[in-house]
Amino acid sequence: MRMDTDQLIRTLAADNSHRARPVGLVLALALLAAAPVSLLMFFAELGVRPDVMTAMHNPFFDLKFAVTLALASAAVIVSLHLSRPEASLRGFGWLFVIPAGLLAAGIGGEMMLPQRLPMMTRLVGSNSKVCMTAIPLMSLPLLIASLVGLRHGAPTRPAIAGAIAGLVSAGLAATLYASHCTDDSPLFVATWYTIAAALVTAVGALAGSRVLRF
Amino acid sequence: MRERDEEWTSLMRSAISGDSAAYHRLLKAVAPVLRAAARRGLARAGQPVDQSEDIVQDILLAVHLKRHTWDANAPFAPWLFAIARNKLIDALRRRGRRVFVNIDDFAETLPDQPAAETAPASEVAAHLNALPARQRDVLQSIAVESASIKDTAAKYSMSEGAVRVALHRGLSSLTAKLRER
Repeated sequence: MRMDTDQLIRTLAADNSHRARPVGLVLALALLAAAPVSLLMFFAELGVRPDVMTAMHNPFFDLKFAVTLALASAAVIVSLHLSRPEASLRGFGWLFVIPAGLLAAGIGGEMMLPQRLPMMTRLVGSNSKVCMTAIPLMSLPLLIASLVGLRHGAPTRPAIAGAIAGLVSAGLAATLYASHCTDDSPLFVATWYTIAAALVTAVGALAGSRVLRF
Repeated sequence: MRERDEEWTSLMRSAISGDSAAYHRLLKAVAPVLRAAARRGLARAGQPVDQSEDIVQDILLAVHLKRHTWDANAPFAPWLFAIARNKLIDALRRRGRRVFVNIDDFAETLPDQPAAETAPASEVAAHLNALPARQRDVLQSIAVESASIKDTAAKYSMSEGAVRVALHRGLSSLTAKLRER
């Protein structure tokens, strides 16, 4: 059986009635399907910190969520943009300045307040190992979901799109983790959350360069 | 060039809103442009240009299966050329060359350049034989025998919906097989 280009074109035109779902919808559905897995990991191993009701009155506790959710939202917007073939990062990269700026403002704010603990103690904290393990592990199901969503698109920069998928999942997993962790210093967040997110981003880039080609 | 781009964009808008004839015209219009660009890319990479038709078919399949990523408020040509460029780089890489493809290769190409010299394509055809029988029958009927969806449904005692599903699955698995190479 042969298929010349005119015949292929006729066949494609015959399939014109088929409508694919928008990439955003597929991404949302995939993340919703993966979320219970990450939540299960969270509640089985970590759980919300016991003093959460009082912690909520600490602005540095709340800031953690602002930072991680800003990261996840920025990454979702950028990843949807990059799912279009003609898209580049230009004009969208600044979105990541928001979580970084919030964190920087938090560090500045903390510096100006009197502290019980010295700076290095706050930075090192007491949960760095858990943080660097839990965030990447809880990210994994969400990373797979983000990659599934983006595969439905047409990213022509698969490694970059995969890295952004890593940031989507790291941002969401870090949001969960933030409710467990008792280290609220922005210095701790800027150090360990960043290392954990960078790890997931690297895994995302590697996976993306393989699975996001179309 | 601007006129051409506007015509493409308006044809694609009609296609998205269900006009298959407009879609057919659009694909017929872009094919020679893609062919010329593919030949140029192959020639520059020192590859035989008679493989250009495989690249054209690869691009057309990707355009078809990824058309939901086109924003109907944006011009069509940049989207098309981004897909085409991606596929051309892919094809050249697979043939063992790392080549930088300039996006302007496409935009500069005149539609009526070497349309006459169409080399036969072999890759899509080769994968057709590996499809499940039902999908192959439907593709054969529509592509080779130019039957309509309705006629194809009658011929194989299928519902029109089932023909549509088999057609779309057939095209998707062809694309997946092309990617696996």
